[in-house]
Amino acid sequence: MGAPAPATATPAEDRAPRPTTGLRTPRPKRRGGVNSPRRSVLLTVLTGLILVYALVPLVWLVINSTKTQTGLFSSSGLWFGSDFAFFSNIKDTLTYNDGVFVRWLLNTLLYVVVGAGGATFLAVLGGYALAKFQFPGKRGIFAVVIGAVAVPGTALAVPTFLMFSKMGLTDTPWAVIIPSLISPFGLYLMWVFAAEAIPTELLEAARIDGASEVRTFFTVSLPLLAPGIVTVLLFTMVATWNNYFLPLIMLKDPDWYPLTLGLNSWNAQAQTNGGEAIYNLVITGSLLTIVPLIAAFLLLQRYWQSGLAAGSVKE
Amino acid sequence: MYNTTRRRGVRGAGLASVVALALTLTACGGSSDDGGGTESGSADDVKTALEKGGNLTVWTWDSTIPKVAKDFEAAHPKVKVKVVNAGTSKDEYTALQNAISAGKGVPDVAQIEYFALGQFSLAKSVADLSQYGADKLADSYSPGPWNAVTSGKAVYGLPVDSGPMALYYNKKVFDKYKIAVPTTWDEYVTAAEKLHKADPKAYITADTGEAGFATSLIWQAGGHPYKVDGTNVGIDFTDAGSATYAKTWQKLIDGKLLSPVTSWTDEWFKGLGDGTIATLATGAWMPTNLKTGAPGAAGDWRVAPLPQWKAGEKSSAESGGSSLAVPAASKNKALAYAFTEYAAAGAGVKSRVKDGAYPATTADMTSKEFLDTKFDYFGGQEINKVFAQSASEVAPDWQYLPFQVYANSIFNDTVGKAYVSGTKLTEGFAAWQKQSIAYGTEQGFTVK
Repeated sequence: MGAPAPATATPAEDRAPRPTTGLRTPRPKRRGGVNSPRRSVLLTVLTGLILVYALVPLVWLVINSTKTQTGLFSSSGLWFGSDFAFFSNIKDTLTYNDGVFVRWLLNTLLYVVVGAGGATFLAVLGGYALAKFQFPGKRGIFAVVIGAVAVPGTALAVPTFLMFSKMGLTDTPWAVIIPSLISPFGLYLMWVFAAEAIPTELLEAARIDGASEVRTFFTVSLPLLAPGIVTVLLFTMVATWNNYFLPLIMLKDPDWYPLTLGLNSWNAQAQTNGGEAIYNLVITGSLLTIVPLIAAFLLLQRYWQSGLAAGSVKE
Repeated sequence: MYNTTRRRGVRGAGLASVVALALTLTACGGSSDDGGGTESGSADDVKTALEKGGNLTVWTWDSTIPKVAKDFEAAHPKVKVKVVNAGTSKDEYTALQNAISAGKGVPDVAQIEYFALGQFSLAKSVADLSQYGADKLADSYSPGPWNAVTSGKAVYGLPVDSGPMALYYNKKVFDKYKIAVPTTWDEYVTAAEKLHKADPKAYITADTGEAGFATSLIWQAGGHPYKVDGTNVGIDFTDAGSATYAKTWQKLIDGKLLSPVTSWTDEWFKGLGDGTIATLATGAWMPTNLKTGAPGAAGDWRVAPLPQWKAGEKSSAESGGSSLAVPAASKNKALAYAFTEYAAAGAGVKSRVKDGAYPATTADMTSKEFLDTKFDYFGGQEINKVFAQSASEVAPDWQYLPFQVYANSIFNDTVGKAYVSGTKLTEGFAAWQKQSIAYGTEQGFTVK
């Protein structure tokens, strides 16, 4: 990788024979730059290590999902055993206990679609309003939102439980869905995004043309907000999909368990008198659990990347 | 129905103590099923309830119960049984206690281990089943488990399994190093030394401090550290039985002869499978766990009688084992009892035994078919003969604390220290005793 030709050089000049005598203009020394970043061995090695660190658990999961309960303990964790039980593991995972895994999968989907979808919708509405409308108390709201971002959901779980218990909502899907609807971080993100992505002039133009606020929101603003919406959707989706503690304290009925709780109950089953150890199903189940998340990331990647970069450059 | 209970539950919440709340709920639970406003039921109620049908929720972690529930539904088409795995052991007790306090979501039947039953029966959180005729089942059960579910004339649950102890050992490992199967605990220590010397990776057993195990071996040694009479409780870990256990086990700890793997982890199962954990002294319910948790060692394991504290003695103890109890707040106690009896004493037992459970009913325990069953996992050994023998030799009159669940939860912070630091087991037991007494006193027991 050499330094590129000076930006001013035209192709014609490039092709012209260079003078063989006289002073040679020294090529500008440019190390690094946007188009040809400097290579650093240290950085490459570090990045490589982090890549391995991030991927090893995934590789472990994929490899071990091919093993039977016997193979799991008799072969090395990071290579395939002599048995290949991937498909029978999947079949067993989906049918064990009358196919309760499928039920948990559907529950998780329900929580994600209604919970994360609803949270995104509320964040979009709220963020847009905060970014584009002036009203008293906005500073106060800002403080509350920022504060709420800092409070971990786990800390709120117990008070939420007590509240829901009083309302008689525990042990129902509502106990998981309603708290998932609130995403302060999503709201904040939408707020910032809407402020950057929607030119106020555009809104004024729409208003002058006589469009109602609702119509302006849906026809003018919403398309502009799309990348931000996808970003927030991904955040809330991942959070809801992985949620463990909230359903743990809210739900007692395995029929309403999300995958996280269900898999844990399978894992705990081995640890008791007369219980059946099904580590192979726990592992295969975990693999199946992350597949939809990976799929969602790959499908929405395009949007969410552009969402992250939005507003970073003044054009 | 839910609404009535909740409203009354809320009214009851004004009362200060949980016990009082449980009693309030007992009253409304009783009134809603027979309409008579009394708590008492009878054997006729059970018959009527079965004819009328209804819904039951059963909390259990036992993998053989769902099948029993299906059979029960088939036999009584008007009954729907919902089996819920609300967590195992301590998790379930916490959930159950919470549900009882909240007055909502209380199951109709709950699996409760013997060591924990006292906590619920003392607070009257579980119904006395003798009113439905459970007291007539006394002769059906072996004395150990029956003693564990009764208090005076009251029957607080039906034993659903039992855990007469035996020594499970990996024959392949024993043969390889030419070690004789120990018949006394002293021989066990010698075997531990020999094995660990021959293969530094192998240990006689894994123990990082487990309350259930320690109390069971003290039980076998003839110790009675707990003396319970209603709310009068005595705790004394300086008796002869406890001292015998501590002395021998201290040798294993000092010699670093115990595998530092915690029981019931995947590492533990791995060790049981690959021969680095060579023996297990535990209850008769273990075969299912071994078969599914360490399938790779099929054919390697055998079962021998529990080593004795004195050569030539015949003494055994129980480890684990559980009952099905009917929470007092259940809205359909008569029907709940019908299911309990079916699963624990009736046709359900056969189905459970077939799936690998170890029964508590003498008829099943001594049936020829049961005793003659050969287990492929144990190299074709008729292991039930060993367990049945052990069941008949269980040392009498053992008692657990009415707050054993709590006591067990602090075992690792007290006695468990002996496994990781210079503390001696006896010091650990003294600390355990002290903290248990403090907690018991706090809870309103008279503890000495």
